[in-house]
Amino acid sequence: MNADVRPIRTAAETGLIEAFEAVRAALPGGERGAQLRDDAFATIASRGLPNRRVEEWKYTDLRALMREARPLAGPVTPAELAAAEALLPMADVEALRIVFVNGRLAPSLSQLAGAPSGVAISPLSDALEGDAPHALVLEGAPADNALVALNTAFVADGLMIAVDEGVAASRAIHVANVQTGAAHSSYGRLLVSVGKGASVTLIESHSGDAAGHQTNTLVGLDLADDAKANLVKLQDEGLGTLHLATLAVRLGRKAELNSLALSAGSLAARQQIFLAFKGDKATANVSGAGFAGARRHLDTTLVIDHEGQGCVSRELFKTALDGQARSVFQGKIVVRPGAQKTDGKMMAKALLLSEGAEADAKPELEIFADDVVCGHGATVGAIDDELLFYLKSRGLPQVEAEALLVQAFVGEVIEMIEDEPLRDALTARAERWLRERD
Amino acid sequence: MPAVQETVARVRSIDVDQYKYGFVTEIESDRADKGLSEDTVRFISAKKGEPEWMLEWRLDAYRRWRTMAEPKWARVDYPAIPYEELYYYSAPKGSSGPKTLADVDPELLRTYAKLGIPLQEQEILAGVEQRRVAVDAVFDSVSVATTFKEELGRAGVIFCPISEALRDHPELVRKYLGTVVPATDNFFATLNAAVFSDGSFVYVPKGVRCPMELSTYFRINERNTGQFERTLIIADEGSYVSYLEGCTAPMRDENQLHAAVVELVALDDAEIKYSTVQNWYPGDAEGKGGIYNFVTKRGDCRGRNAKISWTQVETGSAITWKYPSCILRGDNSRGEFYSIAISNGRQQVDSGTKMIHLGKNTSSKIISKGISAGRSQNTYRGLVSAHRKATNARNFTNCDSLLIGDKCGAHTVPYLEAKTSTAVFEHEATTSKISDDQMFYCQQRGLSSEEAVALIVNGFVKDVLQQLPMEFAVEAQKLISISLEGSVG
Repeated sequence: MNADVRPIRTAAETGLIEAFEAVRAALPGGERGAQLRDDAFATIASRGLPNRRVEEWKYTDLRALMREARPLAGPVTPAELAAAEALLPMADVEALRIVFVNGRLAPSLSQLAGAPSGVAISPLSDALEGDAPHALVLEGAPADNALVALNTAFVADGLMIAVDEGVAASRAIHVANVQTGAAHSSYGRLLVSVGKGASVTLIESHSGDAAGHQTNTLVGLDLADDAKANLVKLQDEGLGTLHLATLAVRLGRKAELNSLALSAGSLAARQQIFLAFKGDKATANVSGAGFAGARRHLDTTLVIDHEGQGCVSRELFKTALDGQARSVFQGKIVVRPGAQKTDGKMMAKALLLSEGAEADAKPELEIFADDVVCGHGATVGAIDDELLFYLKSRGLPQVEAEALLVQAFVGEVIEMIEDEPLRDALTARAERWLRERD
Repeated sequence: MPAVQETVARVRSIDVDQYKYGFVTEIESDRADKGLSEDTVRFISAKKGEPEWMLEWRLDAYRRWRTMAEPKWARVDYPAIPYEELYYYSAPKGSSGPKTLADVDPELLRTYAKLGIPLQEQEILAGVEQRRVAVDAVFDSVSVATTFKEELGRAGVIFCPISEALRDHPELVRKYLGTVVPATDNFFATLNAAVFSDGSFVYVPKGVRCPMELSTYFRINERNTGQFERTLIIADEGSYVSYLEGCTAPMRDENQLHAAVVELVALDDAEIKYSTVQNWYPGDAEGKGGIYNFVTKRGDCRGRNAKISWTQVETGSAITWKYPSCILRGDNSRGEFYSIAISNGRQQVDSGTKMIHLGKNTSSKIISKGISAGRSQNTYRGLVSAHRKATNARNFTNCDSLLIGDKCGAHTVPYLEAKTSTAVFEHEATTSKISDDQMFYCQQRGLSSEEAVALIVNGFVKDVLQQLPMEFAVEAQKLISISLEGSVG
């Protein structure tokens, strides 16, 4: 494509190039790692940040959203550590907690030693020193994707979790990422492998102050045959933050994934999900809820790749928008040749609460096998006047009636969480937004 | 259901590997030198005796085209088109002045007879009572004969080749040409603007309900000629017109290029119904030959309460790249798109629509039925957008795909963009195959597998077939069965 030729660079692109030049020699990973990082960064240096002329970024113009590149986060000061502790979400949820502050592992806030039996937890920085490709090469996520490439180029810390074959992890693991202090950029990576027949519940949270950080996180989740994982993500970044996230999942035979994300924070967020069914008869439920007001921007981009036969995928995404907020949903179900008996359903709904809100949806089907049942739906609309009238006629004021209906709307997603304290925590977050409506 | 019976009988009687309309009419033709240059454009314009402003318009488009790149985003795959190896103008010799049917080359009339076009008025009158069709037949690039002109003239409807309209009604053409699809719109539309040779022009005056269905039959005959048609239909305030377009092309080994432009303008309270049955030569089973169909069709609901409805049955062409669209500019205007796209063999279809809501209280409806068989790829690509001021925009979209065989592909790429909270957009899409239960049920009642498929597919596309004018509905039903021949078993 001629989009590759871009002699004029934006401030953010120049900033990224300078930052990479400055840190590349000091980044962990040895010689192999340096090569992988150089290769990854080359795609950014040559193409620049993706803009709306690139199809996958049509509605989320990263070049426009990222005006400048924030400096890489420095070492965490004691004051920042204290501030971070106050920003940790979901205190009531029982889980083993590992905390990253500004992208760096914070051992004093983490329970690194308390891993349930059969579960190995280790810092990614250790892995980078030992076997860099293992930590830097991510199967299942397109390496030339801008967010993946940036993460590979810059990531210095993160976490590796391995659940042994047949082990049902006795405690949920909560990986909390907190951004605090001066505006900075931070990169994080969480690599999880779940052995054959094993199961685990993971909680991923992102929170922080409103200084206008830039975060780029990548989660790689590998489920072996018959493995099961529940993944709950709370994105509650400060309202100035640019949150860029990638989730890459590979499912083995009869594996099962339940993934749910609540997007409550950030100025602009893009969540990419690449999910591949590698074996037969696996199941994935991928869902998300989000709400935004002001001029915030929420993007969910999803590719469900059916390679194995007889797999079932269900996707449900709901967004409520107020002010001049904008939501983007790009979802694609791919059924490869031979992936017979695939059952895929995808639904995206956007609720527009104000005149200036905007919703864009692009649900795609790409099907190369005939014996399949696939469908998708998308709706965009305001609150049903009749429902509102009904509630108002029962004596509820307009604001409360609206709140109730919005809560029911996003509640359909949140209620899929089985763990009660976790579900309550997310519900409470949704209620708070409805009161405040940023 | 007698129609189905007939279809089944027809399927049986036709060996589909032999393209039914694949014959070449041997007529001397008059064509421009191979390749494309300003001289080609001047040649075409001079041939048509066009006014100076028209030549300038074409030349501007040509110069612009030279700077453009061929779009590559569609899910179609084809070798590079040798634009310099094509002939851009080809007219049957002596066609500059057939005034009545008697003047028309009898060889041509026989061609149309094979196609089953009711060119002769008496045939139509004898055939279908009440419903009459005026045909403007386009044989390669020149309109050969226009029927029913007199009766249409009495109603004040202008229906003529666009070249004639440029001579007789230049003010109308100049006012509307290129206002819906600008000469700079896209690669193929710009090429068309530079070299279009002919097409149909329709003007329906204020308050007139066009007394009959208007129809044009395209047919590519000459070897290596591109077919660049340009159709312009204007429905003035309070008028109504229904327009039918049908296409066939003889069997050829080389791939032929067809890049047409259709512009519709509906003013206040006007309604245009545009129906297409497209069965260009799709190439043989190995994907050799066939038409490359790159068409830009767009309707502009310019006035209040205007309505534009597109109905298409796409069964032919090696490659289809076509997105009939509606710009819903006027308040309360309505756009509709009904489509059946069938691909078999190695055909590639990338088709859909755009509904652009700009006015208040506008509504649109999209019903798309894609059927892929053989080794074909069939893509629906559509856009529904509501502008910030398009309050109360409504859209309903339904895209269903049916897969026959495990070597084909069916894809859906819809875009929804709502910039106003009062918009209500609903989109649903499904993909499935003919279920074993359905087949078993039909076969258990004594139908063969092919009959069963024809029956089920006709049921699948019923919603769209119902939108077609009656004469076309019957033909379309036959075409559907014919194009699916050989897809089962």
